[in-house]
Amino acid sequence: MTSSISAPHAAGPPLVRLERVSKSYTTPAGTRVAVDDVSLEVREGEILGVIGYSGAGKSTLVRLINALELPTSGKVFVGDDELTALPESRLRQVRQGIGMIFQQFNLFRSRTVAGNVAFPLRVAGLGRAERDARTAEILDFVGLLDRAYSYPEQLSGGQKQRVGIARALATNPRILLADEATSALDPETTADVLALLRRINRDLGVTVVVITHEMDAIRAIADRVVVMDEGRVVEQGDVYDVFSAPSTAAAAKFVRSVLQDRPSAETLARLRQNHPGRIATIQVAEIKNFIGVVTTIFLEAGVDAELVFGGISELQERAIGALTYELSGPDERIDAALAALTEHSLTWNEES
Amino acid sequence: MDFFLSNTDVFVTAIWQTLFMVFASLIVAGLLGLALGIALYVYRPGNLLGNRGVFTVLNVVVNIVRPIPFVIFSTAIFPLTRAVIGTTIGPQAAAFALSLAAAFAVSRIVEQSLVGIEPGVIEAARAVGAGPGRIIFTVLIPEGLGPLILGYSFIFVGIVDMSAQAGLNGGGGLGDFAITYGSQRSNWVVVWITVAAIVVLVQLGQFVGNHLARRALRR
Repeated sequence: MTSSISAPHAAGPPLVRLERVSKSYTTPAGTRVAVDDVSLEVREGEILGVIGYSGAGKSTLVRLINALELPTSGKVFVGDDELTALPESRLRQVRQGIGMIFQQFNLFRSRTVAGNVAFPLRVAGLGRAERDARTAEILDFVGLLDRAYSYPEQLSGGQKQRVGIARALATNPRILLADEATSALDPETTADVLALLRRINRDLGVTVVVITHEMDAIRAIADRVVVMDEGRVVEQGDVYDVFSAPSTAAAAKFVRSVLQDRPSAETLARLRQNHPGRIATIQVAEIKNFIGVVTTIFLEAGVDAELVFGGISELQERAIGALTYELSGPDERIDAALAALTEHSLTWNEES
Repeated sequence: MDFFLSNTDVFVTAIWQTLFMVFASLIVAGLLGLALGIALYVYRPGNLLGNRGVFTVLNVVVNIVRPIPFVIFSTAIFPLTRAVIGTTIGPQAAAFALSLAAAFAVSRIVEQSLVGIEPGVIEAARAVGAGPGRIIFTVLIPEGLGPLILGYSFIFVGIVDMSAQAGLNGGGGLGDFAITYGSQRSNWVVVWITVAAIVVLVQLGQFVGNHLARRALRR
């Protein structure tokens, strides 16, 4: 176990591979495409975040990985198995090696905490002694050994999710799928559960796929991120890269909406009422004395610059954000100042 | 009252006949209906074994048989009853008809009890690799147990009602007793005592059902 701790951002070979996967449903209203020609990889040992608006196809996508849903077209590989070529009986074995947790926890109300955790072990055919030992071990890992004989309704939301996690991990899966696992929890409990997921990744070496619409979940634990919009993957890559410099319009729109570091159209309209000058937004860059550099550029160009909107936060221990300035002065000086920003490799855009 | 007292042995026999009819058919209909109800639930399109063809056939059959009034149903299946039981009169013949008729009612009750189970719970079971058989017996039935017990209590009352009707077709039991020893002789004391016996039976059944359901639901 200790060997995996030393590789905090381990990114091994692909453990899951989706090749041009589509999934559509036939409804009375017509055909609905939930996942549209998606290709992606989940690397061994990483935490992959899949983020997007609700209805973007994230939940369907994650269910393709454990074959709860089968794709309409395309191929799904997990380890050496091509799920799309396996019969249902083999898929059941594959699912035993993939844990899953849910937004609503989905615990068995008729079973105790220990009974819930033992269920997958029973399915896997373990004897009673082994089941009991493993159940105790994993409940201890999630800190709920003292609640083994409680029923789900006697637990708090955070405790329920930890039982869900213990149940998902009971069979020592290589992959854990988390479908909006923290969306029903309060912020404090969310942080606890995310910390637990990170511990599972780092200490147990389990590859984790986190489906979420919450930026905080991605910010807290993801190594890489996939942005989905209307069934398609519109962007994927390192979390910082995707959020600091999204390359597609759809990804940019989503990133803006979750980071909220740029003024919305309404905010901009309000700003204009009090700020008659030109308005430009500069992306926070990882350079020494960022604000000093920007201020100096405006000073030297003889432009009056007033900070009117923005913020800087942290993502993967690096600064991210944007600052919006009102620029007053002759147009040619402002143009010169903006050109100087570009010379300093700073990314900016003038708000129209 | 004197007339009733001089016929207490018939009354006691009638009680035993009713108890036999009710419990025999509760067990048989309970099992048949459970199987049919589970089938209705799992074959519904979109569910565990979703299959539109199978579901439609089951659904139509249940919908056709279930609304037939028991008195007519039991008469209509006389040939079948004679073939299986050997006679069409007496408690055994009545229990056979009761079992069949009640099974269709039970199937709907079972189906409704299972509909209340969170689909996510079934998905969680599928996600750990459980197959349909295991899910039915170790997830669906335990998760739906509370509503199932309440449903069976409801059916119990229905079967007591139907068993009294069975008396009309020569089935014996309390219904038969109330008619032949009571209303047909204008002896209302007999009718009232029989009604009281049936009320006690129903109350006991409902009480036990509620108690078991509360335990299953831990409330």
